[in-house]
Amino acid sequence: MREIAYEDIVKAVKNMVIHTATNLPEDALKKLKEAHEKEKSPVAKKVLEQLLENAEIAREEKRPLCQDTGLAVYFVKIGQDVKITGGLLKDAINEGTEQGYVEGYLRASTCDCFTRENLKDKIGYNLPAVIHIDLVEGDTIEIEYAAKGGGSENVSRARVLAPAQGREGVIDFVKSVISEAGPNPCPPIIVGVGIGGTFEKAAISSKFALFREAGKPHPDPEVAEFEKELLYELNKLGIGAMGMGGTETVLAVHVEKNPCHIASLPVSVNVQCHSSRHSHVTL
Amino acid sequence: MSQVHYLTTPLTDEDIMNLKAGDIVYLSGTLFTARDAAHKRLVDLIENKEELPFPLQGAVIYFVGPTPPKPGDPIGSAGPTTSYRMDSYSPTLIKYGLKGMIGKGKRNQEVKDACKEYKAVYFGATGGAGALLGKLIKDAKVIAYEELGPEAIRMLKVENFPVTVINDAYGNDLYEEGRKQYEVKD
Repeated sequence: MREIAYEDIVKAVKNMVIHTATNLPEDALKKLKEAHEKEKSPVAKKVLEQLLENAEIAREEKRPLCQDTGLAVYFVKIGQDVKITGGLLKDAINEGTEQGYVEGYLRASTCDCFTRENLKDKIGYNLPAVIHIDLVEGDTIEIEYAAKGGGSENVSRARVLAPAQGREGVIDFVKSVISEAGPNPCPPIIVGVGIGGTFEKAAISSKFALFREAGKPHPDPEVAEFEKELLYELNKLGIGAMGMGGTETVLAVHVEKNPCHIASLPVSVNVQCHSSRHSHVTL
Repeated sequence: MSQVHYLTTPLTDEDIMNLKAGDIVYLSGTLFTARDAAHKRLVDLIENKEELPFPLQGAVIYFVGPTPPKPGDPIGSAGPTTSYRMDSYSPTLIKYGLKGMIGKGKRNQEVKDACKEYKAVYFGATGGAGALLGKLIKDAKVIAYEELGPEAIRMLKVENFPVTVINDAYGNDLYEEGRKQYEVKD
């Protein structure tokens, strides 16, 4: 049994939270540069220029890329040969999140659902984080993190289709979600699509899909082909950067497919804005 | 054709009537920040005929909830937030003198109608460009509702703050027009 100390998890999470707020990862940067080169609309091209400049300023001056420093979302793979000493994994991640948001001068964006109050002693500093845990083989803990902004999250949708609607039904649904979202989620965007499983499995899959390296095709060639088709269809919408009209609306489509019940076809669309802040650490 | 304007706040009716959807505007002067909770309070004050924390005549409100400033900086990152959440409040503020709003994303028909009727515009700033836009804010002071944290009302001093006219006072909408131009129909 390998032992990992609670404090080491706190520290790793804190550092990751601070670093991710100001450094647009290479995959997102590469996709933005490609979009800038390909974009046909001069207005949208100018917006993309601003986004590239913004990433440079954020990195150099250690300023948050966006004022919406997100809600902290984690996908954690914990090896079954690991023992955590000194506390609970969940508490360590939450403590690291709080320290990162406070020490990094990040915005406290969490509030009570109904009163909308930001109670800093209880939930203020982006607590509790949203944590998905998977138990796997091995003796390491792998933590994947994303700072998920509200603007893009708000346009995400889930629906359970009838099986007869099939592949075409999924395409129509994804198109309707992105068309309706228009400028609101800060395009250019990355679109995560979770298909199959149950209602919540589809939703979690659509979020998990956003954690993949931007534009990296799904290992299953059939799913990868579907991703290409969706990307083509969505870019035909003409929404463009910040919705001002253009050819480059979607940087990448990532699909995760699961087997589902014979009676249902769940599908979920989770949208990631251009400021795709994510990173990972292995302990 | 899209034009470029340099304007200083407060804005006048004449300023507004010179702007068309798609025009680029560099704003200088004072902007007031307000988001959801602050908007609710402003509209409550108007309905109760009480004094507002800043003069609405010719004012430009920036929908933003900045990150906390680092020591020595006036403000942290400060890009626009999604505007539709302010749709139910904006027409009242426009009626009482508000001339400009800066945000991102679509507005509803009531806001567009109010812009037409009372001569006001909706500007879009680049969402997510918080580091870049925060740098253009030279001074920031909380003037009301400090307890709202990022949602408090701040008075900002800006120089050449870049925005694009989305909804003008003639009923045009850049989101609809821009999209039509690049949409590929089957």
